[in-house]
Amino acid sequence: MRQWPMVAQKRQRTPVSESAKQSVAARGSRRGFDIYGLLSRYGTLIALLVLVAFNLAFTTNFATMQTLNVNLTQVCTIVIVAIGMTMVIATGGIDLSVGSLMAISGALAPMIFMGKILPIGNIYVAVAVAMVVSIIVAGLLGVFNGWLVARFRIQPIVATLVLFIAGRGIAQVMTNGNLQTFRVPEFQWIGLARPFGIPAQVIIMAVLVVIAAWAINRTTFGRNILAVGGNETASHLAGIPVSRVKLAVYAISGLCAGLAGLVVIAINSSSDANLVGLGMELDAIAAVAVGGTLLSGGRASIIGTLLGALTIQLVRYTLLANGVPDAAALVVKAGIIAAAVWIQQNRTA
Amino acid sequence: MSQDPEATGGLLLDMRSVQKKFAGIPALADASLQVRPAEVHALIGQNGAGKSTLIKVLTGYHRKDAGVVLFEGRPFEVASPHQAQVSGISTIYQEINLVPLRSVTENICLGREKRRYGLLDWSAMHEEAERLLSRFSIRLDVRRPLGDFNTATQQMVAIARATGFSARLVIMDEPTSSLDDREVAVLFDVIRQMKSDGISVIFVSHKLDELYRICDRVTIMRDGRTVRSAKMQEIGKLDLVASMLGRDAAAVEGHATAFGARDHVGKAEIMFSSQELAAGQAVRKVSFQIRKGEIAAFAGLLGAGRTETARLVFGADRPKAGEMSIEGRPYLPARPADAIAAGMGFCTEDRKAEGIVPEMTVAENITLALLPKISRNGIVDEARQREIAERFIRDLGIKCSGPGQKVRELSGGNQQKVLLARWLAMDPKLLILDEPTRGIDVGAKGEIQRLIRRLADEGLGVLMISSELEEVMEGADTIFVLREGVSVASLEGESASEEEVLAAMAHGSAETAENAGE
Repeated sequence: MRQWPMVAQKRQRTPVSESAKQSVAARGSRRGFDIYGLLSRYGTLIALLVLVAFNLAFTTNFATMQTLNVNLTQVCTIVIVAIGMTMVIATGGIDLSVGSLMAISGALAPMIFMGKILPIGNIYVAVAVAMVVSIIVAGLLGVFNGWLVARFRIQPIVATLVLFIAGRGIAQVMTNGNLQTFRVPEFQWIGLARPFGIPAQVIIMAVLVVIAAWAINRTTFGRNILAVGGNETASHLAGIPVSRVKLAVYAISGLCAGLAGLVVIAINSSSDANLVGLGMELDAIAAVAVGGTLLSGGRASIIGTLLGALTIQLVRYTLLANGVPDAAALVVKAGIIAAAVWIQQNRTA
Repeated sequence: MSQDPEATGGLLLDMRSVQKKFAGIPALADASLQVRPAEVHALIGQNGAGKSTLIKVLTGYHRKDAGVVLFEGRPFEVASPHQAQVSGISTIYQEINLVPLRSVTENICLGREKRRYGLLDWSAMHEEAERLLSRFSIRLDVRRPLGDFNTATQQMVAIARATGFSARLVIMDEPTSSLDDREVAVLFDVIRQMKSDGISVIFVSHKLDELYRICDRVTIMRDGRTVRSAKMQEIGKLDLVASMLGRDAAAVEGHATAFGARDHVGKAEIMFSSQELAAGQAVRKVSFQIRKGEIAAFAGLLGAGRTETARLVFGADRPKAGEMSIEGRPYLPARPADAIAAGMGFCTEDRKAEGIVPEMTVAENITLALLPKISRNGIVDEARQREIAERFIRDLGIKCSGPGQKVRELSGGNQQKVLLARWLAMDPKLLILDEPTRGIDVGAKGEIQRLIRRLADEGLGVLMISSELEEVMEGADTIFVLREGVSVASLEGESASEEEVLAAMAHGSAETAENAGE
C-alpha cells in the first residue's frame, strides 16, 4: 500500500519528457498481454498507413489527385451503405437486402425523372421528386425489414434475406428487365459533379460519416443502438424502446442503400436492375467487420467502417495497379476480413 | 501467510507462493492452497480476493508468474482447461458450461467419444452416461437434450462428466447459487459419494452455512494472498468472516446481515398493492401490499413464483388476471417503460443476462434508464451524465477506475451497485430487488443491505426477493410467503419467527396466514 503515494510523488517531480517515457515503457510491458486489443483498435488504421506507404514507394503515379479521386469515388457507395450497416450490426442484426434496395431505387428514379410513371414538366421538380421518392421507398422497405425483425422476432439474416431475393426481382419487374439509359445532368450531379474539385458523392459520404459518427457517440438514439446490441433484455427492462430502435436502424440502412443506388446509376448514366448494387451487402459487411465494429453488436465505430472500406478499396487498387487480376484481389480481400475477425476474437481486454 | 504444520507429503494438490500479475497489477501476490486426497476443501474470500485467478492458474487459463504447483507430487503446469481435465482436474462453473441443445450423453462424453469402426458408438456412450449418473443415484433419459432438465440436474450431469474424465480433483465454483434446499441436499450427497470414491473437491461458495455442512478444511484468501488455512470445525463463523474481511472479529459481531434496525412504518400509506395476480403456471394468486418506506420481502422456495410476480409488477410480462394499483390508482403496465414512468425500478436476479450492458461504461450503464431525462433534443448531456455517475460512484462506493471504465471489468458486487445506481438515479418510488446480494462477497453484501435500509428510511418502497432466509428475516418489515404461485402468508418482519416463515414456505400453513390462497 505504501508504494502508491511514492509513485505519485515521483511522477510529479520528474520532468515531462521523462515521465512520458516512463508511461510509454509501462504501457509497453502491458502490450504483450493486450496486443489484440491494440490491433483491434488501431489495426485498420495501421493497415491503411502501411498500404499508403507501400504505394508511395512502388506504385507509379500514386501520389496524384486523380488516384485519390478514383479511389474515393469507388469507395463512396460502399461507405454510404456501410454506415447504415454499421448501425444495424451494432444492434446485433445484419442487413442482406441493401444491394437489392439499391437496385430498386436505381430502377425507380429514372422512371420518375424520365416521365415514365407520370409526366412532370419541370426537370428540376422531376429530379427532386425522383430522388426523394426512390430514397423513401428504399427506406420503407428497410422499415419492412425492421418490422420482420422487431415484431416477429425473425432472425435478421433470414428476415433481410426476403428482400435480398425479392428486391432485385421487383426491380427487374419494374423495368421489364430493360436497361434504362439517360443523360440528365440535373440528376447526374450526384455522381459526376465536382464542386471545388471534390466529387459530389465524396462530399455526401463525408457529411453522412460525420452525422452518423456524431449520432452514435452523442445522441440518445446512438446510445440506445449500442444498448440494444450490448444487452437487449437489459435494455428492454431499462425502458428503452427496443422495437423502435430496430425499426429505425433498418430504415436508416434502407435510406442509405437508396441513396447509394442513385449515386451508382448517376455515375453509369444508366440503370441495370441486374447489376446495380450487386454484392454490395458483402462489401458493406466486410467494411464494418474490418473497421472493428463487433459483429455481435454493442460496439460500433463509423470512422472504423470508413477506414475499413478505404483499406479494402486500397488493397484492390494496389493489386490492380501492380498488375494482379481482380479475381485474385478477391482472395486478398477475404484474407483481410478473416484477419480482422481473428483479431476481434482474440481481443482480451 | 500461515504454514500448515500437517501439510507435508500426502497432498493431492500443493500450490505455494503463486503469483500472477495483470497489466502490472498483482491479482495473486502470495497464494497457497493445499488439498489432501478425498477431502472437500472450501476456498473463500471476498470478490477480488484472487479465488478465481488462483483456480484459473491451476486449470490453465492463466500462466503463473511465480510459485510452485504440485499435483500428486509432480510439478503441474497445463496450457488449457481441457488439458487440466485430461490430467485429472475438472472444473464446474457457476454458469454451467455445457451444451443445452445436445443430449445428456453427448454432454457427458463430449471430448472423449467412443468410436467403433470410425463411427460414433451411441449405445456404448448412452450406457457410459447412465453408468456415471447412476453412481450418484440419478436416473434420467440420457437421450434427451440437456436443456430439458433443471439447473440442479444439469449440474449433476456436469459432475458426472467430470468423474467420467476420471477426475481426482473437482473444482466447484458456487455450485449452490441457483439450487433450492432440496437440490442442495442432493448435491451434497453427490459430493459425499465423490469423497468416498477418493475424489477431492475444491468448493467455492459465499454461503457460509453450507461450508460447515460439507467441507473438511478451508482456505481463506484476501487481496491475492492466502491469509488462513484451517480445519473447518476449528474455525468459527465469525472468525471466518473476520479473516475474509481482514477485520476484528468484534466488528462483525451482532447481526448476520447489515440491514440494521427497522423503523416503524406500520401506519404509513400503502404505495402499491396487488389483488389476486395470476399469469400462467408460475403465478396463480398473489396478493400483497407495500407501504411507503417499507421493505417488503417475498419468501419462498425456488419456483414459488417470486421472480415471476416481480416481472408482472414491472410490466416485463402481462398478468392474465388480478388487479394492481399504485398510490391508489389502477395500474396495468404493458411494458417496463410504463412501470418506469410510474416510478418503479427493477434490479433483476440475473445481473449478466438482464442487467448490465457489459460493453458500456459505468456511466453509460448508470444512466441507461435515465437517458431521456439527461438529454435535450435527443443529444446526451455528457457533463450531466458524468456528474450523476460520479455522484453514485461516491455515494454507493462503487470501486472502479472512473465513470469511463467498462462495466464488464468490475466485480459482481460493484456491478450490482451500478445497477442499483441505475434505478436510484431515476428517483423511484418503488424498487424491486431480486436477489440483490446473490453471488456477492460478504463485505459488499453488508454495504448493499445497509443501503437498502437507508433508502427505505428515506421513503422508498422496496420489494425484495431473497433466497437467504436471514436476509428476509432481518431485512423485511413485512414478509409475504409465496408457495407454488400463491401468497400463503403475510407476516410482520419484526415479530415473525423463522419457524413460522419456514412452515408457510413448506406447507402453506394458515397458522399465521392472513390472506391464504385457498
